[in-house]
Amino acid sequence: MLRFDEPWTLFLEILGGVPNTVSLALASLVLGFVLAVGLALMRLSPWKPVAWLAYAYVYFFRSTPLLVQIFLIYYGTGQFEGLRESWAWPFFREAYWCAMLALTLNTTAYTSEIIRGGLQAVPWGQVEAAKACGMNAILRLRRVIFPQAIRQALPGYGNEIVLMVKSTSLASTITLLEITLIARKDASSTYTLDALVIAAAIYLFINLLATRGVAWLEYRLSPELREARILKALPDPGLSHVH
Amino acid sequence: MVAQEDTAATPMLDVVDLHKRFGNLEVLKGVSLTAQQGDVISMIGASGSGKSTFLRCINLLEIPDAGEVRVDGELIRMVPARGGGMRPADAKQVDRIRSRLGMVFQSFNLWTHMTVLENVIEAPVHVLGVPKVEAIARAEALLAKVGIDDKRDQYPAHLSGGQQQRCAIARALAMEPQVMLFDEPTSALDPELVGEVLRVMRQLAEEGRTMIIVTHEMRFAREVSDTVVFLHQGRIEEQGPPEQVFEAPRSERCRQFLATTANATVGVG
Repeated sequence: MLRFDEPWTLFLEILGGVPNTVSLALASLVLGFVLAVGLALMRLSPWKPVAWLAYAYVYFFRSTPLLVQIFLIYYGTGQFEGLRESWAWPFFREAYWCAMLALTLNTTAYTSEIIRGGLQAVPWGQVEAAKACGMNAILRLRRVIFPQAIRQALPGYGNEIVLMVKSTSLASTITLLEITLIARKDASSTYTLDALVIAAAIYLFINLLATRGVAWLEYRLSPELREARILKALPDPGLSHVH
Repeated sequence: MVAQEDTAATPMLDVVDLHKRFGNLEVLKGVSLTAQQGDVISMIGASGSGKSTFLRCINLLEIPDAGEVRVDGELIRMVPARGGGMRPADAKQVDRIRSRLGMVFQSFNLWTHMTVLENVIEAPVHVLGVPKVEAIARAEALLAKVGIDDKRDQYPAHLSGGQQQRCAIARALAMEPQVMLFDEPTSALDPELVGEVLRVMRQLAEEGRTMIIVTHEMRFAREVSDTVVFLHQGRIEEQGPPEQVFEAPRSERCRQFLATTANATVGVG
């Protein structure tokens, strides 16, 4: 069923969807990360109503399908006359912005849980040591807690990045011409699978770059673990005289 | 007599009638302690006697329920808290006072993502605003003093317990604190590593630093301290110069406690 007469043109055509796919994923990941840090801190707030609010947000966005969230934002907002006449309408009218909003709100929920795990994994004794030196709360977060929380959260966050790249394909359902929609249009007009195979290959490649990027970041951010690993790999100098 | 009191120096540390409870358990039932400049005070007692809690209340790692703490004459201002007890009135004051109290923990609590040198310069640079070059020069001198200058670029995970604790002492000294607080600094160490940490502490005591030491090292406490305080069930049961507390304790409980620990401390120090 595969048709390889004009693979190059087909490839280039689908490649045209990459900017939409990548920019959607990148923008919502960056925005979502910033929001997630705030949300994670809210979740850990000693002030109960704030913590509950954060939990309610996380619960809602994790427990409803992303596809439903996209539909609600894209089709739902058009139901409100007030919104249609407001300054915000040019934004909600566009599938691109609606998809970005849905993806951002969604990844914020997941990422905040990943960051919360990282924050809670920082040993309490190190926070006490920071307090005992006279560091204020912001300094403790910036210098002691966040640097360690991020390292802790990175493997889990790598997963989230990959999921987000794939989730952008749901934007195809609201007419956004990204990789999946371009491929699907070709597939349904030609009754062949070539376009979908090419699309899958492109997603594979994007995620290859993403996972390598995260691995590199993990390596860069954990010099203390890196040296330990190298030291372990070296033969024990104490044993050399035995041989 | 009155004139003599007036000319007396302000105590470096003055703690009055400290109370602390955890739930139904009253850990401190009114403990007072005064340390003059250069005093070395050891606090001994069975686990659960409240000695660590007392130390942690001094720099507000635990918030006492009642009582007063003064550092070099400055009272840490407290206000009544909701639901009883009290809370610090001014977080900035607490941070400032903490920066003048060096603390050494039982479990070292070095920042594992920073090298030895970075651990030592962290607070001087970011809390006191010392220029980095100056902080590094000072840190190197301190690391030499505690004998781990060759480890300056290592991460804590690559150091032995004794080296980590000496790094923690250097980190606390880097703030040039008015009082050093030691919370069982050798309790987490292998026996053969205890000596190197006690040596550094002994040196600090000889330099005339004001130190409050919570410890189980009886021989060390006896040799180094000006005053030994025996805590029992949240109260000071015995207090005095080491010769008196160790050789002629007035309290029966103190006598019993020393008898049970005497055998355990032989050969340490």
